[in-house]
Amino acid sequence: MSLDSSQLEDQSPGEDRPVIELDWLHVSFGQHEVLREIKIAIPRGQTLVVIGESGCGKTVLLKSMIGLIKPTEGHVRFDGRDLAKLTDSELTRVRQHFGFVFQNAALFDSLTVGQNIAFPIRQNRLAPQDEIRDIVQTLLREVGLPGDVARKKPAELSGGMRKRVGLARALAMEPEVVLYDEPTTGLDPIMTDVIAELILRTKANDDMTGVVVTHDMHTARKVADRVIMLHPLSRLQEDEVQVIFDGTPKELDACKDKRVRQFVDGQAGERLMELGVGG
Amino acid sequence: MASANHSTSTRPTWLGVISDRFVDLGDLVRHWLSGLGELTLFSLRTLSWLLRRRPRKGTLIPNFYEIGVLSLPVVALTGTFIGMVLAVQSYAQFRVLGLETRLGAVINMTLVRELGPVLAATMLAGRVGSKIAAELGTMRVTEQIDALETMGASPVHYLVVPRFLGCLILIPSLTVMADFMGIAGGFFYSVVILGIDRGHYLSNAEAYVGMYDVFSGLVKSVLFGAAIALISCFRGFHCGPGAEGVGRAATQAFVYSFVTILIIDLFLGILLDAIYAAIWGSGPALL
Repeated sequence: MSLDSSQLEDQSPGEDRPVIELDWLHVSFGQHEVLREIKIAIPRGQTLVVIGESGCGKTVLLKSMIGLIKPTEGHVRFDGRDLAKLTDSELTRVRQHFGFVFQNAALFDSLTVGQNIAFPIRQNRLAPQDEIRDIVQTLLREVGLPGDVARKKPAELSGGMRKRVGLARALAMEPEVVLYDEPTTGLDPIMTDVIAELILRTKANDDMTGVVVTHDMHTARKVADRVIMLHPLSRLQEDEVQVIFDGTPKELDACKDKRVRQFVDGQAGERLMELGVGG
Repeated sequence: MASANHSTSTRPTWLGVISDRFVDLGDLVRHWLSGLGELTLFSLRTLSWLLRRRPRKGTLIPNFYEIGVLSLPVVALTGTFIGMVLAVQSYAQFRVLGLETRLGAVINMTLVRELGPVLAATMLAGRVGSKIAAELGTMRVTEQIDALETMGASPVHYLVVPRFLGCLILIPSLTVMADFMGIAGGFFYSVVILGIDRGHYLSNAEAYVGMYDVFSGLVKSVLFGAAIALISCFRGFHCGPGAEGVGRAATQAFVYSFVTILIIDLFLGILLDAIYAAIWGSGPALL
């Protein structure tokens, strides 16, 4: 699977090159446009939090970063390499640099917790068979789960434990970038804070780049180096940009934009009337 | 009053209704063709992965067990009853002609050429096809298929290829089982219950059913198995959201598989008969 010269040029080392770059990204499903003219560059080691109302395209944005959703227009680059130009096996190799924590953990029902965590290691033959058991135990410890959980089936675990197993599986390949899709949704406040702490610890230990999609402002403020807010296209004019905020958590708290304030402060305001539940 | 005026002014004309129906029909044809194109691409991807990398034993054995071993009892049971039903239905008419000893030939020929393969395939579509679609559909809805991709595994290689191979390799065995049990059921009902002479029954059966009949049934069954696996996996992969989507995928997997089995049966039957006629001329007549 050799790369052509332009791709090789793309891969030349560059310290200040963003690890992920979305360049005028458009994503539509049939007639339904979800993302429009998204331009985001994520430097190595940064934790970016993406916030926004339900249905504004946060998960689509996250899945585009790893090539699960193909852009309708524009480019997604990892380390300078355009994902759209990669062959299947090249894309597979690129994905080994990512870990993905799914909203509902997406653990394989038919496998035990241990087999789930070991799956990416076995799949990509990253470690000899006899070392895999130790790696699984280490990963379980890292996410605060006892070793005997490895023998259980995902259905026997609570929501918080499933999320932590999902995180352990995402970390199994020692990725450069971890993508978190609503990692705290449906969890109690204490477990929410545990997950936020784990995200912080992961970043501190390995200087990983992280992209966290969340509605939870507590988690966003705690883990973010930078926050981006997306707005649903259905409520934007043709000439308005979809990223309505891009800055640090401090700048977010100081932002005066009414749409940002409503979301951050959790106040529906005139949205109640728009949704037809006003008095 | 205003609303009455409004409803009068927007009432569609007959020309509008007809043109709307044409547009709907056009959309339906376009949708159907695009689905067929996607299924073809999906099938080619499956074949490409099949040739590119051997599936792991750990993914093959559970699927082979599920498709082959667990389907055997139901295929054997339905085969037996179909054989007996054929004897019941044909006996009255053959007796009028004094040809009841030819029942063995009719039952066995019908079973090995048509009913055995179609019956085994129908049971496989109902028992295994729906399960495949529901299983993969649930994996799609719960993002497990996405998770596979993010971990560097091809969902087609990991999920589709073992199921495809299972259906392809094991359906001939299921067909042989349906044939055998059907023949046994027909023999039992004809000879033991109806009292037809055993020697004549067997000699007629042997004279009219040849290896080519068995072969053509098995060739059909292989194509049926491939169609069931590909259609069911495709429906599962393209499952709609939620429990409703999974339910619909399971139903569609069976309905589309069954219709495809009948279409393949017709055209392959014509083709195999033409091949037989070209090589050996017309076969022996039953009557």
